[in-house]
Amino acid sequence: MRKEILDISQLDKSLLHELDAYIDSLKGDKQEQLIHVLHRAQELFGHLPYNVQLYVAHALKLSGAKVNGVVTFYSFFNEEPTGKYTISVCMGTACFVKGADKVLERILKLTKTKKNEMSEDGLFTIKDVRCIGACGLAPIVTVNDKVYGKVKVNEVDGILEKYRGDHHEN
Amino acid sequence: MKLIEKMITCNINGLKVDVEKGTTILQAAEKVGIHIPTLCHLDLHDIGIANQSANCRVCMVEDEARGALVPSCAELVSEGMKIQTDSMKAVMGRRTSLELLLSNHPQDCLTCVKNLDCELQSLAHEMNIKEIRYHGEKMSHPKDLTSKGIMKDSNKCIMCRRCVTMCDEVQTVGILSPLKRGFDVVVATAFHLDLGETSCTYCGQCVSVCPTAALAEMNDTPKIWRALNNKEKHVIVQVAPAVRVAIGEEFGYKAGEIKTGQVVSALKRLGFDSVFDTNFGADLTIIEEATELVHRIEQGGTLPMLTSCCPAWVQFIEHQFPELLDIPSSCKSPQQMVGALSKSYYAEKHGIDPKDIVMVSVMPCVAKKAEAAREELNKDGLADVDYVMTTREFSRMIKEAAIDFKKLPESPFDILLGEATGAAAIFGTTGGVIEAATRTAYEMITGKELKEVDFKQMRGFEGVREATVKIGDMSLKIGIAHELGNARKLLEAIRDGRNHFDVIEIMACPGGCIGGGGQPYHHGDINVLKKRQKALYDLDKSLPKRKSHENEMVLKLYDDFLTKPGSSKAHELLHTTYSAKQRI
Ligand code: SF4
Ligand code: SF4
Ligand code: SF4
Ligand code: FES
Ligand code: FES
Repeated sequence: MRKEILDISQLDKSLLHELDAYIDSLKGDKQEQLIHVLHRAQELFGHLPYNVQLYVAHALKLSGAKVNGVVTFYSFFNEEPTGKYTISVCMGTACFVKGADKVLERILKLTKTKKNEMSEDGLFTIKDVRCIGACGLAPIVTVNDKVYGKVKVNEVDGILEKYRGDHHEN
Repeated sequence: MKLIEKMITCNINGLKVDVEKGTTILQAAEKVGIHIPTLCHLDLHDIGIANQSANCRVCMVEDEARGALVPSCAELVSEGMKIQTDSMKAVMGRRTSLELLLSNHPQDCLTCVKNLDCELQSLAHEMNIKEIRYHGEKMSHPKDLTSKGIMKDSNKCIMCRRCVTMCDEVQTVGILSPLKRGFDVVVATAFHLDLGETSCTYCGQCVSVCPTAALAEMNDTPKIWRALNNKEKHVIVQVAPAVRVAIGEEFGYKAGEIKTGQVVSALKRLGFDSVFDTNFGADLTIIEEATELVHRIEQGGTLPMLTSCCPAWVQFIEHQFPELLDIPSSCKSPQQMVGALSKSYYAEKHGIDPKDIVMVSVMPCVAKKAEAAREELNKDGLADVDYVMTTREFSRMIKEAAIDFKKLPESPFDILLGEATGAAAIFGTTGGVIEAATRTAYEMITGKELKEVDFKQMRGFEGVREATVKIGDMSLKIGIAHELGNARKLLEAIRDGRNHFDVIEIMACPGGCIGGGGQPYHHGDINVLKKRQKALYDLDKSLPKRKSHENEMVLKLYDDFLTKPGSSKAHELLHTTYSAKQRI
């Protein structure tokens, strides 16, 4: 099983081609631009499975551990496939004291998921993130690009229902 | 004038100190003999490691003007700065930092492999910590016991990142990295793979610098005790050259004392049936390797030829330079040669079934554990070497058996695989293998006696060295590298055709095996390695024979058993193969 998740030859050749082209187009020290390369890779592959990370490591002559360190440091990178909607709950100090943990708990319960894992219906991935700089509106929840401020626990159901509804309409 | 401009004056504990611009408070304090405790900081110029993560905060001192605590290992001195290292504020600040580190530490020192050898523990003692006021949530990472060489217990990790710096910057293998962030951060392998699934070379240098027991060698002593207590088994042991000049340190001797005879006595008392010298294998390796080199030169084979006795280095080339696998010598390492011969030549002479032999080795090295487990060296279910213990594990067995090392008499190695020359002794230091090989190759090629056996140009401590030796009418271009980052430089130069060599010696550890990952901890004192190195050269000098091909037991081995160097029987028993692996 381990061998498989590390197997670069399983990856889609045409996507790798695009990634190579992107890396080739970078000017200056390519290793320093690891984050850009990972962003591009995530756009292409949807998320960053281990073999994609390893491919990037080899392409930039970096160690796998280094690349994995960066991927796991930033919450905008996903090692697992993500749902249609990524819900981020701010866990910065201001949001935390206003009960962000309760909000997160409720969201996880309603979507029947764990943090960073995709819900079974493929709709949601839930993350906790650091202060996003809108503390005045704490606690903050974002769904893809939309920001919800001063979220109360009992409003969570409504927000989720809206996205479930949107999804069914499409 | 320029010089004076670069100088600044500060004041530490009331003492005036003049230092160059760019000096840290820690360095300035050292200059006037003021000690400041440190933990994460590790700056060893000689081996090229500078870990400046500055995250433990155990080195805090008070900057009077600001009334603030600053980390002395990272903060630079500025003109007129007034520093207090022993004010109440500074002392309490350091205590708090240490207590915080201890608050989520397992605190099972009594049964810890680093008990009495741990920097965290010593600091707690030094700082007179008698109570830990904070109680953090303990971590509960599973221990990684999956590899043959290294045990990783992240629960004991204090995030100093010394191992990361060592593996990344000195060895350029890059196995470890901090993953995640904040409270979740953990120093781990890529994707949390088991160490055994990565390209780890098991050089053990991360172990050498880890201040706690978060990284240690796998403990093989229980298996060795079991073998020793099994009446059906004939248990043989061999000892590597670098062990004899380091083991004394575990028993209170100064670094660099030669304890060969005591080592043999200790092994006999532990109950080993025969005690052989890995140096015998080293002499044999030289003859096989020199034969291979001469063959490659005469037949136009691949040059350079690379020495292959360091398994961490072999692992490194397999994973990092798979395109260069035709250049290492096919010779097994001395440890494997002695193992293979114990289970063939010795077994035959004594009428013992090889299956009843258990071969143990005492090595300065963690990678030797993984080497012994290599598929290529375990043909037909018969391992050349069954168990490997490091110098440290050996000292623990001696203590466990209540043997008073200091009172041991000196004993000689057992015959058949026990004789060794001075050339073999220097196998334990960087430059030694190639010097030994040159002594033999010279006489093989020219047929003339080599009068001056000391090749000073090959000795020393620089990371990469070059030498040219005239042998008859050819000049042999030699490259030497220790530490894998230096090996990488050399290999890249060869691959890209920027440099040419005929023969290259590579050892993974700083200084070679004297600085091996299984040796007594140097705790940041590199002079310890230099003293061990000197001891090996002294040992070489003190021996009557200093050329491998004069080893009579080796010559007898060829006469009685192998026929001649490079014979098909020699190939079957003493040579091996390599294969490309994925870099992870
Ligand atoms: S043993 Fe060597 S290669 Fe392996 S993690 Fe430690 S320093 Fe890196
Ligand atoms: S494993 Fe050891 S050396 Fe590495 S960060 Fe943890 S405590 Fe430091
Ligand atoms: S240099 Fe010596 S101690 Fe270090 S890994 Fe190589 S063989 Fe082992
Ligand atoms: S803490 Fe949540 S936005 Fe600042
Ligand atoms: S020794 Fe200075 S911060 Fe760790």
